[in-house]
Amino acid sequence: MKLIVDIEKQMGDFRLRTAFDAETGITGLLGASGCGKSITLKCIAGIERPDSGHIELDGVTLFDRKRGIDLPPQRRRVGYLFQNYALFPNMTVRQNILCGLHGEKDRVLKYEKLEEIIHMLSLEGLENHKPHQLSGGQQQRTALARILVSRPHLLMLDEPFSALDSYLRLRLQLEMRETLAAFEGPVLMVTHDRDEAYRMCDRIAVMEDGWADAPSPTKELFANPESVFAAVVTGCKNIASARKVGDYEIEVPDWGIRLTSSRLLRDDLCGVGIRAHYFHPRSDRNRFPVVFVREMEEPFEWVIQFRIPGQKEGTEDLWWRLPKDRRPQRMPDELGIAPDNVLPLYPMKKHH
Amino acid sequence: MLEYLSTVSLFPLWNSLRIAAIAGVLVFFTGILCAYYVARLPRVIKGILDVILTLPMVLPPTVCGYFLLLVFGAKRPLGLFLQQFGIRFVMTWYGGVLSAFVVAFPLMYRTARGAFESFDETLAYSGQTLGLSNTYIFWRIRMPACRQGILAGIVLAFARALGEYGATSMLIGYTPGRTATISTTVYQLWRTNDDMGAFFWVLVNLIISAAVLLTVNLLERRQKKAVKA
Repeated sequence: MKLIVDIEKQMGDFRLRTAFDAETGITGLLGASGCGKSITLKCIAGIERPDSGHIELDGVTLFDRKRGIDLPPQRRRVGYLFQNYALFPNMTVRQNILCGLHGEKDRVLKYEKLEEIIHMLSLEGLENHKPHQLSGGQQQRTALARILVSRPHLLMLDEPFSALDSYLRLRLQLEMRETLAAFEGPVLMVTHDRDEAYRMCDRIAVMEDGWADAPSPTKELFANPESVFAAVVTGCKNIASARKVGDYEIEVPDWGIRLTSSRLLRDDLCGVGIRAHYFHPRSDRNRFPVVFVREMEEPFEWVIQFRIPGQKEGTEDLWWRLPKDRRPQRMPDELGIAPDNVLPLYPMKKHH
Repeated sequence: MLEYLSTVSLFPLWNSLRIAAIAGVLVFFTGILCAYYVARLPRVIKGILDVILTLPMVLPPTVCGYFLLLVFGAKRPLGLFLQQFGIRFVMTWYGGVLSAFVVAFPLMYRTARGAFESFDETLAYSGQTLGLSNTYIFWRIRMPACRQGILAGIVLAFARALGEYGATSMLIGYTPGRTATISTTVYQLWRTNDDMGAFFWVLVNLIISAAVLLTVNLLERRQKKAVKA
């Protein structure tokens, strides 16, 4: 099963142009709010109409501007889990789920399916509750049950955990992963939370200002974000513009240092990123002197800010994070970074 | 008073109620349909239509009556045209339905539009992606969600239709036993120095109005409760 999206839409000053494929498994759309993630989902669902382009699901064309095809949402077989779950407030849990089963004409089968999904999502005993009587997690499970019984070919989750308390989030993410493992089609998940994306998604497409990059496997994206923007949304704290000075050699004028990368560099290199966790006082490569600025304690980590003596005025302090047990007695005079952890960054490949 | 009661004809009450009931039903359906469709029109057209549809609420009712006579009058093109089919709005009780409809419509339209505008559209979208028809979504999801606002609208519109005087008196006048309504009767009896009669109909009017206001308040209380829950 496969989803192919290649659409453009102009909304005031904002221009959306996304092109990506999603296969079975969870594909994340990761980006800051207002970057066009939700609009993309709405275009796929048929709620918003793109100006041009093409959307295809399982070989069925959902939208094609040139051929004049624009299926109504009812015929797209796309399950859409809204951020607020959009449960019908005047209906009970059972009635809400039955809305997803309205196409099932065989009454016996219909109620068998209803019982099955209620059991699968642990909603027993809540059948006669109204949505406002449910907790956030129960609301989410009801909405998911309602969607799954309608047998969609694609599942779209719009910031599914943002309405929940943070201490519940992790548990529900684990539950959701288990529930979704049984789903046979592609899953598209919109999020702005890099930890959530890392935990939930098999592949991630980074989205910036209406433009989505092709999805790359999650671990690959975090290990080598390639673009400045991908580095930012995957949580890379130290980013500076840079230029290539050798096949493996990068000059960073803002920090006044040169770094060696283990990756062969391309000529269009424009920046460099170093994750806050990867500085190490005993690394023997890429060593440079540091001046301590300030520190902050977190439950399990120390966050330390420092500057490099040759660093340009007005540039941001650098971030170093380390587990509490690795904190040295006094701030080291020098830090190093393994060439594997020097991330070369390039301009986004905008292919339109 | 008791003596008066034995002689009084209750026709104005019956006439007012049937005019208000029929106009209320018409206003209910046209009001919510207009509210629903106008809310999704482009901004400029929406603004213009909104003014036209709300105008009868702010115009003096006599001005509405004047316009109605201008359109449906016995010697006007539309009036003449309708008379070929035996339909005459001037000096008939169903002309009263027309004038009550025109004056009460904006109340329903505006309240329903307010209710629809506060409706969470994602409910409709999720219904669509689940494959529910737009008709089902409208009557089973949108309307129940906006129920309180729409009920308040129809109660207000019904009350307005029941008390309509200005446009009604211009269009259908006052003929005892044929076009007399409560409000035209009050005026007519007072004008002819029948104080007792006028007072009786004022009482009837007070009772009906109080009942309507009570209903509105009850609805609002239920709405507050629903919000709290």
